[in-house]
Amino acid sequence: MAVVEKEKRIFRIEIDPRLCKACVICVDFCPTDVLMINGNTVAVKNLDACNGCQLCDNRCPDFAIQVFEE
Amino acid sequence: MSTPAEEAKPLAKKKKKVPFDYSPYIRGGKLPHIWCPGCGHGIVLKSLLRAVHASGTSQNDVAMVSGIGCSSRTPGYVDFNTLHTLHGRAITYATGLKMANPKLKVLVITGDGDALAIGGNHFIHACRRNLDLTILVYNNFTYGMTSGQTSPTTTQGKISTTGRHGNIDPPFDTCTLAKAAGATYVARGTAYHFQELEKIIFDAFMHKGTSVVDIIDACPTYYGKYNKYASATDMMEQLEKDGTVSVKQAEKLTPEELEGKLLRGVLHRSERPEYSEEYGKLVTSLQSKK
Amino acid sequence: MATNKKRFMQGNEACAEGAFYAGCTFFAGYPITPSTEVMEISSSRLPKTGGVFIQMEDEIASICAITGASLGGRKSMTATSGPGFSLMQEGLGFACMAEVPIVIINVMRSGPSTGFPTGPSQSDVMQAKWGTHGDHPAIVLIPASVEEIFYETIRAFNLAEIYRTPVIVLYDEIIGHMREAVTIPQPGEVEVVNRVKPTCAPSEYKPYDTTLGDIAPLAAYGEGYRFHVTGLYHGADGFPTNNTKLIEEAGQRLVRKVEDNKERIWKNEEYFLDDAEIGIFAYGVSARSAKFAVRELRKKGIKAGLLRPLTIWPFPDSAVDALAERVKTIIVPEMNLGQIVHEVERVARGRCEVKGIFRVDTEPIKPAQIIEKILGNGPMPSAPVSPTDSNMSEMLIERDMLDG
Repeated sequence: MAVVEKEKRIFRIEIDPRLCKACVICVDFCPTDVLMINGNTVAVKNLDACNGCQLCDNRCPDFAIQVFEE
Repeated sequence: MSTPAEEAKPLAKKKKKVPFDYSPYIRGGKLPHIWCPGCGHGIVLKSLLRAVHASGTSQNDVAMVSGIGCSSRTPGYVDFNTLHTLHGRAITYATGLKMANPKLKVLVITGDGDALAIGGNHFIHACRRNLDLTILVYNNFTYGMTSGQTSPTTTQGKISTTGRHGNIDPPFDTCTLAKAAGATYVARGTAYHFQELEKIIFDAFMHKGTSVVDIIDACPTYYGKYNKYASATDMMEQLEKDGTVSVKQAEKLTPEELEGKLLRGVLHRSERPEYSEEYGKLVTSLQSKK
Repeated sequence: MATNKKRFMQGNEACAEGAFYAGCTFFAGYPITPSTEVMEISSSRLPKTGGVFIQMEDEIASICAITGASLGGRKSMTATSGPGFSLMQEGLGFACMAEVPIVIINVMRSGPSTGFPTGPSQSDVMQAKWGTHGDHPAIVLIPASVEEIFYETIRAFNLAEIYRTPVIVLYDEIIGHMREAVTIPQPGEVEVVNRVKPTCAPSEYKPYDTTLGDIAPLAAYGEGYRFHVTGLYHGADGFPTNNTKLIEEAGQRLVRKVEDNKERIWKNEEYFLDDAEIGIFAYGVSARSAKFAVRELRKKGIKAGLLRPLTIWPFPDSAVDALAERVKTIIVPEMNLGQIVHEVERVARGRCEVKGIFRVDTEPIKPAQIIEKILGNGPMPSAPVSPTDSNMSEMLIERDMLDG
């Protein structure tokens, strides 16, 4: 059986600080601990860990975060 | 069934994940919305917009009517035909609008206080008529706009600004009420289960007749604070994730295990003549007699 | 050429006929005495003509439903009485604020509360102006005969469409249930006005744009103009605002759009006023007795005259002002305990004596009461001015009482 190496998927996380209310929902629900709160807005702490699940987007009440696959 | 050729596709060619583009549905310059940090209404709105998008309905043919309260501010943000009315009265304006132009797909955005207290009479009569309205009850167990009073869905024992010693009022179950009053599609979803909610709202929107969706979401600012929930996330986990069970899961649970939990999913579905169509038939039959 | 048919009908029937003539295609209501016939006739006629009739769960729902229907592009109305009109006040304010044309018929009955449901009254004249909270425009018409109900209902729809505002038609139970002859005009014979629609591109449309005047064109939902309507103070684009400057402007404009046009909205009848020394200011059914009284007084050589408003709101200030300037006394007969008399006093500013004649026993004010008030304790005229109840009704259907 041939071993197919999984190609590394790269994601870009866009945060709109004008819309983010730092409610922490995205930080709490992120399964790979990618996000953190920085002052009044959410910020990316560890982009490498992002698996593109989009939980942060789907549970963001403020239309403030989106995940794009590069 | 997929073909062997498809199966052989390398993973790298897999379709790239693209986030849903809400921008065609959001009115320019209207965000940020007025909802507090952690309020579930924005999550519900996103499920709603994805559902309407999936239906393929033209924005010109969608009307969104709301009453008064936090959830009722929704129409101000979305690019449909939007009508923000009086406390409790959304359904009545929606009824007039739908009957005036049955081609419109009419969404009613309301809250637990709006729909079930001040608008309770309109709510049951809408269900009785089975007019094609999609009624979405954003149920956060409190009056958020007026800072956290007891609502008709507040759980007994919970604290509010008008129930400071713990609520003694028995709550309504939105879904039981809607079903008993004659609604032909009755479901419950939560902001936590955003994907399931999108599916439910889609079904409700496509259903011909009165559909009611009870949507559990969190009010961390008042209900959360007074009842000592640690955060919005904590509320979503306790009230939405652990506080509900899907209809399917419930089949395997004992009544004791189901105690205090709300059922999630499609709770009732039936076929009955839709009101505006029945009225149309009446007009046709009377006019053919001429 | 089709000839106009003269029909004998009830006031409530004339109201429904007037509404249909004006292009009303939507009725929502809740049964209540003594207005129910308007609803019953609508339920029979509208489905036959492709219009919409819906019986709602209460009067709140009724006024809200017609407002929703009007935003859907239909000329819409409801009809009610006393307690139902009280319930409608909330929806009335919304329609004022959102500037949605609707017509509300209030067949006045005795109050407060349930009062005497089959008994007439004129005690909602102030409620029609001030019933809903906040400063707001009010256009209220007050016909005095069955035929006039027909024409004033048409005028109500026209004014609602022109000024984008609710218009109320008030009449009392007597005229509502009385039967008189009405000649229904041919289509086109009486002017029917439709709201101005936008001609701009949907992306340019602002539902409260006042750059071209105080009243903006109104699109219907579903026509491609996706706009927002709210009961909150809003800007030209319809979206809520907390800008105090915009709120002040919007509040001023809302009232101004009717106040500035009141000369176009006013409608009065003057009867023997030219040389009158005693003026009677009377409306609705009380004006019919007043007219009879004027004729009797003239026979006695007393210079009495009648000013009868068909538009009670905006209040006919200039007509009352002119009257107060030239008469010694103004008599205001009302089937209430004194409501419009205060408006007359306000305008008269002490230039003449203002006397009210009030009754709330559900009986109409009779000509004899008015004559007695004017003659004081002097001798009663010999004419049948103190009619028995049986010949009172005969007098009421005498057409010439209103034709002068």
